[in-house]
Amino acid sequence: MSKTGVLFGRLMRHILRSPDTIITVAMLPIAMMLLFVYVFGGAMKPSLGENVNYVSYMLPGILLIAIASGTSYTAFRMYEDREKGIFQRFASMPIPRSAALWAHVLTSLVSNMITVAIIFAVALLMGFRSSAGILEWLAAIGILALFTLTLTWVAVVPGITAKTIDGASAFSYPIIFLPFISSAFVPTETMPAAVRWFAENQPVTSIVNTVRALLNGQTVGSEIWVALAWCVGIGAAFWALAVRSYRGRGW
Amino acid sequence: MSAINVSGLRKSFGSQTVLDGVSFAVEHGEVFALLGSNGAGKTTAIKILSTLLPAGGGTAEVCGFDVAKQARKAREAISLTGQFAAVDDILTGRENLILVAKLRGVKNPAQAADSLLDRFGLTDAANKRAGTYSGGMTRRLDIAMSMLGSPKVVFLDEPTTGLDPDGRLEVWKTVKELVGSGVTVLLTTQYLEEAEQLADVIAILRGGKIIVSGTLDELKKLFPPAKKEYVEKQPTLEEIFLAVTGREGK
Ligand SMILES: Nc1ncnc2c1ncn2[C@@H]1O[C@H](COP(=O)(O)OP(=O)(O)O)[C@@H](O)[C@H]1O
Ligand SMILES: [Mg+2]
Repeated sequence: MSKTGVLFGRLMRHILRSPDTIITVAMLPIAMMLLFVYVFGGAMKPSLGENVNYVSYMLPGILLIAIASGTSYTAFRMYEDREKGIFQRFASMPIPRSAALWAHVLTSLVSNMITVAIIFAVALLMGFRSSAGILEWLAAIGILALFTLTLTWVAVVPGITAKTIDGASAFSYPIIFLPFISSAFVPTETMPAAVRWFAENQPVTSIVNTVRALLNGQTVGSEIWVALAWCVGIGAAFWALAVRSYRGRGW
Repeated sequence: MSAINVSGLRKSFGSQTVLDGVSFAVEHGEVFALLGSNGAGKTTAIKILSTLLPAGGGTAEVCGFDVAKQARKAREAISLTGQFAAVDDILTGRENLILVAKLRGVKNPAQAADSLLDRFGLTDAANKRAGTYSGGMTRRLDIAMSMLGSPKVVFLDEPTTGLDPDGRLEVWKTVKELVGSGVTVLLTTQYLEEAEQLADVIAILRGGKIIVSGTLDELKKLFPPAKKEYVEKQPTLEEIFLAVTGREGK
């Protein structure tokens, strides 16, 4: 446990010394947010209704995009540690082998929550308002943290197994794209039948709807259970895969 | 009890047999060189001994601990400096040392780091990022990191491969210093000269087996004496000086 802490400290120092990681990760979603609100926003009004605050509407989707691109850096950092023989050094030391793995997972969680905080701050400047109480806020942050953890375990697998640096982060591209075919930016009712079916049944929609409802003080339906099931299910599957590939490989 | 005891060690990757019954022992405080060309299986042997890779057969013990069955105990006794320097480029030299000191549970990490920086001649570069170090400095830092927590056995896998001649001399000096501290060293190399310079005992790994081993003198006896060749030799400055002063003296 204390060894995980030491290794976590090392990785956080990496991030603080290359703040471009956090900035790059927050930049793209913020640029998208500006684009959607100030360029497309006007055109969205008719399908959303006049009194919908579009910043608040699309913020959950933007946060998921930020987390998806943020977790790809975990795959990247793990790949580097593997390539440079750092994992090998740790594996030959009298510390639990799992410490190096958990340090990366913890780092991903903390750095992504920092990114989320930055995006919330920018959204506030752009007019995001929330009527959520403290419990709703905690629930919303909790779901975002769970989503981060899920994608982190997805990222760990290529981090351990990828043969090239590009291969390590490629997993994130389709995930970054998923929010566009979901309820994140436009209501699914406006989509053609087949696309709509996909949009309504893929994980992002249930997560976006839940976070949106929590932050906007609306009633949260059964969708929260669908969202949790997706996160826990995918996370558990990739956790098992990650642990297996981590143990199975020779250092 | 020997510091390292390897008996009938085997390892294959798919159909390729890399180690085909390797046996040797290294005594405490000895420097043992495993000499072999590229692809001979040196790194594979080191990885098995440092608990990174399971053997395909045979046994390996470090300080009496079986590397497969008592891996944790074995790891407490050893330190690995892998074939490619495993230092953290983003951290400074000092931070790299403190990191390893904390992981190995050294009592006063900062103090241990400073004393190693001094001993390995890295004090001036202590607060620079390791990514800015020269090859020789990186290797020295790498070896210094391996000395934390007072390991009894140190593995050095090709410590000078890829270094320029200056870097190589720096690292040789460093390794010779280690030996003074009583630690047992198993190093691998592709260069006979390096083995001659550093090792008490040399073993040659070829075709998955140790084909010959012994002290340098023993090895020399195994081979026919070098053919004498007469080469016209340019006098050195010193010889000229002696010759001149000698004549003057008479
Ligand atoms: N993980 C591995 N999978 C497959 N083949 C390997 C693996 N590691 C090493 N080898 C092969 O084993 C042989 C010995 O490699 P190695 O121990 O690295 O040699 P050396 O360190 O003496 O240069 C080489 O032919 C190498 O290609
Ligand atoms: Mg090698």
